[in-house]
Amino acid sequence: MQRYAALKAIYERLEDDNIVVVTIMGAVSAELQDIGHRPNFFYLQHAMGLASSMGLGIALARPELQVVVFDGDGSVLMNLGGLTTLARYRPPNLAHIVFDNESLVSVGGFPTATSTGSDLEGIAREAGVPRTATVEGIDAFVTAFDEALAADELTTLVAKVTTEGPAGYVTDLALIENRFQFSRHLKNLREQS
Amino acid sequence: MTVPRAEQQLPVSVSSSQVIYDALKACGVEIISALPETWLVHLIRMAEDDPDVQLVRLAKEEEGVGISAGAHLAGVKSAMLMQNHGFLASINGIVGLAHLYKIPLLMIISYRGEFGEPDPWQTQGGGITLPVLDALQIPWVVLDEPEHVAQRIAKAQTLANAALKPVALLLTRDLMWED
Repeated sequence: MQRYAALKAIYERLEDDNIVVVTIMGAVSAELQDIGHRPNFFYLQHAMGLASSMGLGIALARPELQVVVFDGDGSVLMNLGGLTTLARYRPPNLAHIVFDNESLVSVGGFPTATSTGSDLEGIAREAGVPRTATVEGIDAFVTAFDEALAADELTTLVAKVTTEGPAGYVTDLALIENRFQFSRHLKNLREQS
Repeated sequence: MTVPRAEQQLPVSVSSSQVIYDALKACGVEIISALPETWLVHLIRMAEDDPDVQLVRLAKEEEGVGISAGAHLAGVKSAMLMQNHGFLASINGIVGLAHLYKIPLLMIISYRGEFGEPDPWQTQGGGITLPVLDALQIPWVVLDEPEHVAQRIAKAQTLANAALKPVALLLTRDLMWED
């Protein structure tokens, strides 16, 4: 499964105003922006590992919103302890999606520990995340993603993807523009409700 | 529940902890992330016992940068409780998230390793805490007397929100330790 195709297959679900998306840097960010940036998307272009912690902060702060984090194997491996914090507070409105291409693709494709057998779903499950799954094909991914959104329980979904990435990573959306648009969007949602 | 040994035997100031906690509440803090540290035992218990505050116990302090950043973008005020070694462990998150994206952080840091520190293992981190804060251009102030705690915490939060950057309040031995 290509990550781009996986993102495209679920993109229309992300157009719901009550869904808030936090992504990691690199390919996930560039590909989601290529499919179409929206004000409810925040791209964490550095601080590897903290996308899931940001998702936890948003999920705890705004329980009325559904938070989706698009994480990666390299980033999760930099914050494995964060899985225990997610599991400890297990916000029901957080879907933690991990695209696992077994490599650090944006810096040249160096293999991560998932390429030698480390199982991120297993780590999440044993950390105490209540719902976990690993999927490989598009159809299975879409089904599991929909189940994660529908479930009233924290989910970590590991999606195995190929190592293909975009040609470049810099987009014309400035980091600061993204940040203020995103916080303004969340503020407007609160004021409308 | 059994009272932790640290709370039973160690002379951490309950009254100073209460003054700090009340100041955080007065600032509208609703989410507090923390990693246990001797001087923070009472503050963490106060957050845990408070139905209006969400305490988030961390595995490592850098997670707190992400949690506070998420909370800020979502419009909720937060604070972080950590030892100075926790601050040192958070630097990548501070630079690569809080600074990069102009996000305020209210960091309450146990300033271990200053004058009076008897534990040899705290002295190295204590000696470099202020230079590192300065290198990161993080405004800081020490809290050493209960009388100025509330005002300094409130002013620190005001600056953090105006400048959209992290600020640090350093808890000193004089404030936190009764021996």
